[in-house]
Amino acid sequence: MTLLEYPFMVRALLGAVFTGLAAPAVGTYLVQRRLALMGDGIGHIAVTGVALGLLTGTSPTLTAVIVAIVGAVVIEVIREQGRAGGDVALALLFYGGIAGGVMLIGLAGQGAFVLQSYLFGSITTISSSDVWVTVVLAAVVVVLAVGLSPQLFAVAQDQEFAKVAGLNVRFYNLLVAVMAAVTVTVAMRTVGLLLVSALMVVPVATSQQLTRGFRTTLFAAMGIGIVASLSGVVFSAYVDVAPGATIVLIALAGFAVAWPVGVLVRRRQRLRAPFLAAPARVGQTDADHTVVPEDHAHEHGDACGHLAVPHGDHVDYVHDGHRHAPHGSHYDEH
Amino acid sequence: MTENLTADSPVIVEMRDGCVTLGGRPILRGIDLTVHKGEVLALLGANGSGKSTLVRALMGLVPLSRGEVTLFGTPLSRFRRWQQVGFVPQRVTATSGVPASVWEVVASGRLSRRRFLRPLRKADRAAVRDAIAAVGLSGRAQDGCATLSGGQQQRVLIARALAGEPDMLVLDEPTAGVDLQSQQAFADALSALVDQGATIILVAHELGPLAPLIDRTVVMRDGRVAYDGPPLVSAQDIDLYADHGHHHHDQAAATDHTPVVASPIDRPSNREQRA
Repeated sequence: MTLLEYPFMVRALLGAVFTGLAAPAVGTYLVQRRLALMGDGIGHIAVTGVALGLLTGTSPTLTAVIVAIVGAVVIEVIREQGRAGGDVALALLFYGGIAGGVMLIGLAGQGAFVLQSYLFGSITTISSSDVWVTVVLAAVVVVLAVGLSPQLFAVAQDQEFAKVAGLNVRFYNLLVAVMAAVTVTVAMRTVGLLLVSALMVVPVATSQQLTRGFRTTLFAAMGIGIVASLSGVVFSAYVDVAPGATIVLIALAGFAVAWPVGVLVRRRQRLRAPFLAAPARVGQTDADHTVVPEDHAHEHGDACGHLAVPHGDHVDYVHDGHRHAPHGSHYDEH
Repeated sequence: MTENLTADSPVIVEMRDGCVTLGGRPILRGIDLTVHKGEVLALLGANGSGKSTLVRALMGLVPLSRGEVTLFGTPLSRFRRWQQVGFVPQRVTATSGVPASVWEVVASGRLSRRRFLRPLRKADRAAVRDAIAAVGLSGRAQDGCATLSGGQQQRVLIARALAGEPDMLVLDEPTAGVDLQSQQAFADALSALVDQGATIILVAHELGPLAPLIDRTVVMRDGRVAYDGPPLVSAQDIDLYADHGHHHHDQAAATDHTPVVASPIDRPSNREQRA
């Protein structure tokens, strides 16, 4: 491999592998809680962190991690409060973050080029110390995401149940928020702050087209993340395009392929699902109601396919143009 | 009263003068409730009567504004043996943003008994398998929850609580919107648990196939206990206590029983003055 003869390329590939692994791992939990855009929000806030680093002359990666973690914790606290204005508060935070970042970078006397390298990634200019930070932080995130998966899964699946199971729900929520913040800053050099959410969410969306379980979704998403980020970097080494955008477009192409397959598989599963086994229950008639005239071997239920119509204290099922109401062991006309 | 029958057995849950306010509105007003080991208690009442809030307060999910709760003799704030409690929250589905198989959701009910960062042990797997079998979903353990019907998803949530092998099971409207077949499968699973001596608190709108299991009924009305005693035989009896009056065939005509009083909760000083 001639590519590996260039040290900057080796660093880029290392960074890509670990970012591609960590981002979907955290993204799975965000998607599970239906917070797919949280990564995007943290990315916006991290812009201010980068700007602070440039302004004060310290490492932008370090300040970005700190500001992103603070931002993620604030987002989590606002979300936990569950107030009606929560989403507006989040929007204020996001836009404050990106506007503050742009302004601070201007104050620091840095041009649009520097900002762009953080917004859209610049994996080929990554320094060896940055690579080490990326590798270590991403490894920690992956170990936590996989090792604590039973706890994180339970909390994201059903908070109330997790609380009654004795889990410290707030701790795990904050942990996911901090992991997301760390991942955002790790992926900042690879795909950039504006595209980081794509690397967290798109592989998960792709893998869940074809999976039925949570763990398979998690691992498949991590696999897809690695493939997308590696091939993106390699592709952009031969064709002169931005690696970050290439990675995201490859991930999206994967989704475009997986989606129709997933639709097909789900349709086949639906067709395979049998009607409920129906014991024959026909018979007795009372004076004050009309029993359905036909032999009614089919038992109406949730999955029977007949239109269910709530009717006072029970549910009628539309059956050949008339409504059947369950009554003891038989059905009445309604 | 059943308390005489079970007075010897240990107290599992106790609420003394429990009050809950949500948004300045009294939801529970001075509830006294004691549940002994082995009791199967049905908590009935109209929508908004506070029955769901009562069990959520017992589980520590809603803070009390006054009064106290003890679980297994320990004050709620210091209670740590959550593996003794199984909870089926009021939910419509067992799904979330990412697919999860029946097995995985039920296995999460095992968390309170698992050691940190350890894989599932043999006993854990057996308990999960048994819980899935108990609700009649054995053939579908590896299927995604999203492919199940509403009633089957509710059964998954019940299996999740059963997997923890709890001494006390608290169910918040487990059979709401569940088809009759699922209700029967669920009733069978519960009666097996009752035979093992478990304590059960069941919030329900209608008991259906669960009725034969119940040995004590509490009817809530406007945040207070309106009736506490042996099971009420007919729906008419329950309506009498729940102030429902007559059978509503058409829901549109039904009045809701949300407390219309918007005043803050009674303060202890006020109560003493009136008493």
